[in-house]
Amino acid sequence: MTATESPVVTVVPQGAPNRRNTELSLLVFAVLVPVLAYAETGLALDGRLPAGMLGYGVGLGAFALLAHLAVRRFAPNADPLMLPIAALLNGLGLVFIWRLDKARQLHPNYPAAENQLLWSGLGIALFVAVMALLKDHRLLQRYTYLSGFAALVLLAVPAFFPDRASDFGARIWIHLGGFSIQPGEFVKILLPVFFSGFLMVKRDALALASRRFLGLYLPRGRDLGPILVVWALSLLILVFETDLGTSVLFFGIFVVMLYVATERTSWVLFGVLMAGLGFWAVARTEGHVRGRIHEWLHPLTTGAGTGVGQIGQALFALGAGGALGTGLGQGHSWLIGFAAKSDFILGTIGEETGVAGVTAVLLLYGLLAERGLRTALAARDPFGKLLAVGLSAAFALQVFIVAGGVTGAIPLTGMTLPFIAQGGSSVITNWALVAVLLKISDLARRPAPGQLLQPETVR
Amino acid sequence: MNKPIRRVSVFCLLLVLALMIRANWVQGVDASALNANAHNERTLIEAYSYPRGDIIVGGKAVTKDLLVNGNLYKYRRAYVNGPMYAPITGYSSQVFGSNLLENVEDPILSGNDPRLFFRNALDTLTGKQKQGGDVVTTIDPKVQQAGWDGLQGKKGAAVALDPSTGAILGLVSFPSYDPSTIAGANGDANKAWNALVGDKTNQPMLNRALRQTYPPGSTFKLVTAAAALENGNITDINAPTDTPDVYILPGTNNVPLPNEAGDTGCKNASLNTALALSCNTVFGKLGAEIGGARMLDEAQKFGFNNSSLTVPVGVTGSNFDKGMGQAQTAQSSIGQYDTRATPLQMAMVAAAIANNGSLMQPYLVSQERSANNSVISQWSPKQLSQATTPEVAAQIQTMMINVVQNGTGITAKIPGVTVGGKTGTAQNGVNNSNNPYAWFVSWAKAPNGKQIAVAVVVEDSDTARGDISGMHLAAPIAKAMMQAYIGG
Repeated sequence: MTATESPVVTVVPQGAPNRRNTELSLLVFAVLVPVLAYAETGLALDGRLPAGMLGYGVGLGAFALLAHLAVRRFAPNADPLMLPIAALLNGLGLVFIWRLDKARQLHPNYPAAENQLLWSGLGIALFVAVMALLKDHRLLQRYTYLSGFAALVLLAVPAFFPDRASDFGARIWIHLGGFSIQPGEFVKILLPVFFSGFLMVKRDALALASRRFLGLYLPRGRDLGPILVVWALSLLILVFETDLGTSVLFFGIFVVMLYVATERTSWVLFGVLMAGLGFWAVARTEGHVRGRIHEWLHPLTTGAGTGVGQIGQALFALGAGGALGTGLGQGHSWLIGFAAKSDFILGTIGEETGVAGVTAVLLLYGLLAERGLRTALAARDPFGKLLAVGLSAAFALQVFIVAGGVTGAIPLTGMTLPFIAQGGSSVITNWALVAVLLKISDLARRPAPGQLLQPETVR
Repeated sequence: MNKPIRRVSVFCLLLVLALMIRANWVQGVDASALNANAHNERTLIEAYSYPRGDIIVGGKAVTKDLLVNGNLYKYRRAYVNGPMYAPITGYSSQVFGSNLLENVEDPILSGNDPRLFFRNALDTLTGKQKQGGDVVTTIDPKVQQAGWDGLQGKKGAAVALDPSTGAILGLVSFPSYDPSTIAGANGDANKAWNALVGDKTNQPMLNRALRQTYPPGSTFKLVTAAAALENGNITDINAPTDTPDVYILPGTNNVPLPNEAGDTGCKNASLNTALALSCNTVFGKLGAEIGGARMLDEAQKFGFNNSSLTVPVGVTGSNFDKGMGQAQTAQSSIGQYDTRATPLQMAMVAAAIANNGSLMQPYLVSQERSANNSVISQWSPKQLSQATTPEVAAQIQTMMINVVQNGTGITAKIPGVTVGGKTGTAQNGVNNSNNPYAWFVSWAKAPNGKQIAVAVVVEDSDTARGDISGMHLAAPIAKAMMQAYIGG
């Protein structure tokens, strides 16, 4: 277990402890904090400890333990922070959803916490499955084009389903019986897989075969193909599914991964320029997108006979929270109404835990994304690096898009806050995403053995 | 690939940083503006999440808070004897805001007054529910009831003051409304509100006692008499004046100032007789002689042209025009032309005369108390102005007693009590086309030292036009209110 003979350049201190015990002790807190939050919410709302507290605590603890054991067994050298952070966010999300379930003022209010707990369980199951079945993340490379195709299909499907009034404009759901699935969420994993596989092959051509113009390396016309295709696709999503968030997210992931693969800043400039032009054009013509932009610029204007819109209500909720919040269960964030538990759940966090709670949650997200990027740095294979960057950036971008929308920093787009917001597709996707990142980090942090699994070319 | 990955890491950190800055902006810098936004329902939800304090009349609360546990609001305001006390309490509605005492005294009633801070902080620490403080009014329920009963079936207002302190003893406006009906947030409240606002003929939500001005008519002659006596135009109230049978308004082409009561006895009548008979000729001529500037000065000493008076509810200013010619001054001096007064204003005139010329500031709230009954503020009576000299006041008192003993105020006579009064019948509409306003202003002093000054105006009634006069419509109401207070 000595590092001296390793030919591989990595930033991982060789022979370092694998930190599994650190993970376990952090997980204790990650379970304890939501359970205490649950107790406090119950005390504030009903004056007694919630009846389901024991079950909830045991369930959450069992999920966490299961995930931890899976990591211990299948990815013993994985990053120790990601799982506890994900568990903490998931647990807190359950508390806030349960709190909103209790708001009798919210109409219509279907209890969602139990469902969400079920989905969390499924998410953990998927997490364990990925841990056990995905021996090596490089296996995913084989499915590059399959992933791409699957992503395309999943993205296109909702546009062919009938429009529903309950979807409020954006067509991003598939309704099957009583279930509704948001396929765009799964694409968040499939697309980085596709991009990683594709860019690994193409990156040299994209990086080197370019002309210099005004100090910038401009890509050759025929290399523009892929970026044009993705650009067009993201605009199609915007036009046909009126889903600004997904559109920005996918294009963002692609530009970030392209930049990392080619190390060419010109791609970023080119991408941002194209995105800007495209969105500007769509915003001018598409009523739904234009409405969103109007709401963003004037969140406090009132409709005829009604109060302010949802963004206005979310801002009211955040403002009411102030520095330290009203206390769990003591806010009025149900005034946000529809989507208070999903897209707008940050409003409840902001009102009941204040800017302190919002900052803590944002830092947790930031930490999770940065651990993912740290994994990308440490990864020894280009596919793993690209995939880790893609998944982490997707995560960070999604947080920015939804939190920025709710706080009024950018136009609102229908997206869920990872792990916290109500939404089954979102929860299981994010657990799978963390599982893949953990698998990559396991390989990256694995003490260099005498012989590598296969010779690698690491730049 | 590590260099771009590091840059992407920095970029992701910047995204999170941007979000944190934005959160601080919204929750810190913007928070107070967002909380104060009129469309933020949290303000109202909070305001109705605990019982408001009470408005107290005669030791009993006339407001209460119903625990309704509604969808948005936990409590709802309700009123005891709502229509009778509406001109005092106003309303506190979950949809339509608030007015009068409910509005002006909201800091105390809601418990948000800074003076209650210590108590609130203590309640927070001990986990006690927040409570509003109480507002104790000066209203005497018996006086209020007498005025209310008297105005039934009519349209008008009545105000009673304690001349020596300025305490408002009665404040009646009729027709009225029950503020309980518009307190909630439901369809019924909406319907009630629309009906109240839509009733343009009865205007039930108009506070006629404080917020409506009327031409005071002959009751304004009290002010003119004070000016004439102060100014030396009259030295002896029983000496005959030099007044023609038909008084032509100065500067006009033969426009006479008619006497409402006919011409009998007004020629060269003394001031005393002129007041008893309510001679327009005598007072019109006196007003013109005194002059517009001096009359304006006198009216203002009695409280006219003051639009900033609060009791603490805001009172609409009464008007006496500035810079008038002689003809207009003559008309204004008998309470016509542009002269307009609130019922409270005319009660202040009577009170100043009864209180030897000293006009006390009228007030409605004697005490503000915290929820545990400790006194936060106590009103101490203060003089608003010296309306006239004690000597002049005494002479006018004599004349007003004469009005009740031998003149138009005979219907207000109370055995064993000294009562002074003045009737008024003010023109209404172009060429007096509408029913005139019937006025009566008066004061009473009991042997036990109790005093009360009253002003009553009746806008309109079923009585045939010829019968309308202060004597028959307004004076009996004033008498009932005075009796309710001093007995006898």
